[in-house]
Amino acid sequence: MATAETVAIIDYGSGNLRSAEKAFARAAAEAGTGQDIVVTADPAVVAAAGRLVLPGVGAFADCRQGLLGIAGMGEALEQAVHGRKVPFFGICVGMQLMAEWGLEHGRHAGLGWLKGTVAPMEPSNPALKIPHMGWNDLNLRAAHPVLDGIATGEHVYFVHSYAFQPGDPADLLATVDYGGPVTALVGRANMIGSQFHPEKSQAAGLRLIANFLRWMP
Amino acid sequence: MLKARIIPCLDVKDGRVVKGVNFVNLRDAGDPVEQATVYDAAGADELCFLDITASHENRGIILDVVRRTAEQCFMPLTVGGGIRTVDDVRRLLLAGADKASINTAAVNNPDFVREAAEKFGSQCIVVAIDAKQVAPGRWEIFTHGGRTATGIDAVGYARQAERNGAGEILLTSMDRDGTGQGFDIPLTRAIADAVRIPVIASGGVGTLDHMVAGIRDGHATAVLAASIFHFGTYSVAQAKAHMTAAGVAIRPVGP
Repeated sequence: MATAETVAIIDYGSGNLRSAEKAFARAAAEAGTGQDIVVTADPAVVAAAGRLVLPGVGAFADCRQGLLGIAGMGEALEQAVHGRKVPFFGICVGMQLMAEWGLEHGRHAGLGWLKGTVAPMEPSNPALKIPHMGWNDLNLRAAHPVLDGIATGEHVYFVHSYAFQPGDPADLLATVDYGGPVTALVGRANMIGSQFHPEKSQAAGLRLIANFLRWMP
Repeated sequence: MLKARIIPCLDVKDGRVVKGVNFVNLRDAGDPVEQATVYDAAGADELCFLDITASHENRGIILDVVRRTAEQCFMPLTVGGGIRTVDDVRRLLLAGADKASINTAAVNNPDFVREAAEKFGSQCIVVAIDAKQVAPGRWEIFTHGGRTATGIDAVGYARQAERNGAGEILLTSMDRDGTGQGFDIPLTRAIADAVRIPVIASGGVGTLDHMVAGIRDGHATAVLAASIFHFGTYSVAQAKAHMTAAGVAIRPVGP
């Protein structure tokens, strides 16, 4: 059964979670936090876990439907994140789902945890390819415990065609430049979310994950 | 800004690396997982496994290779070779691959790309294009390692792959592959300028200047190379230093 030492990576049918599981396990081992990393689709585990990770690849609406289609998952998440206020980490579409709205294939409600909208990236320069795919360097906008040891200029790995436009600039922790500033990392209270993939970002990604595992918001 | 990517590619047959290897300090130079770990530490931006296993019985071996790699390497991994069905893609992604590169099956059945992209998302579907020049400024798709002509125009095919939901194109010049004479730049540029999705240039790298040309002149956003790294001619760090000096934006090696 899950305990406060459990880090639950939520599995709702959204692609490969093996990399995320292994990266979190490695970071926990290196940081010496002793946490158990579990991949789970069980709302009871989510309800009892000490930390939550919401990954996600694919389309916004599909991910939302996959997540909230699990009986009891929506309630378990709300209770954990906003009731017990456990540290929460959304990754890629998992971060985008924290928004109020997503504009991928129509207009869809998100979880509404952060003000703002997920909209298509439309860089004016046609030489800029979509998806935004590869390594880009972070511009830090605010200090945050999960950014400990990570400076402006650090490279992390992205692959996405839609980007989160925060409604509250205070939520923006880091951006990257791709025909203008693009949201890379957001945070509010006990929640953080990254557009990039920390589990694919080599040393910088593992450091960010370790920071999250130690974070006491 | 986004950086150009350097992607070492390992040919894997029956779970073993095929091409010669000069890395020192490897316990088993033929183990793709050890090779992947070395490239990870060397600052490669992504990795690619091309599975050239011939026999059907041994096709599952690559899944174990991918699984073990994903446990140790926290960087993007593309796997290609012999992917025929949505189930093939699913198995690779579940094993820990980030992208599946579809070649012949995409030519035979364009709906397969659409189906896979809808199922798993465009970000993990790479369409591999093997092209040969058939007339000045005209290239056609070849399958089965360049042996089978299809009569399909490469530029039109790339556009179709994009419409079908491919997230990236891995473009190999069959004229240049294995020659060390450099990418086919006119081909690379024709495809890269025809689509909005990223294009990986492949086939023909022999010098570090070739890698620069693939990005600068070919308009690719990534370069794939095999022999130049495997035979120890150049390191990833040397390639990155050379490209940086030539004005190509590259992610620096190391912390």
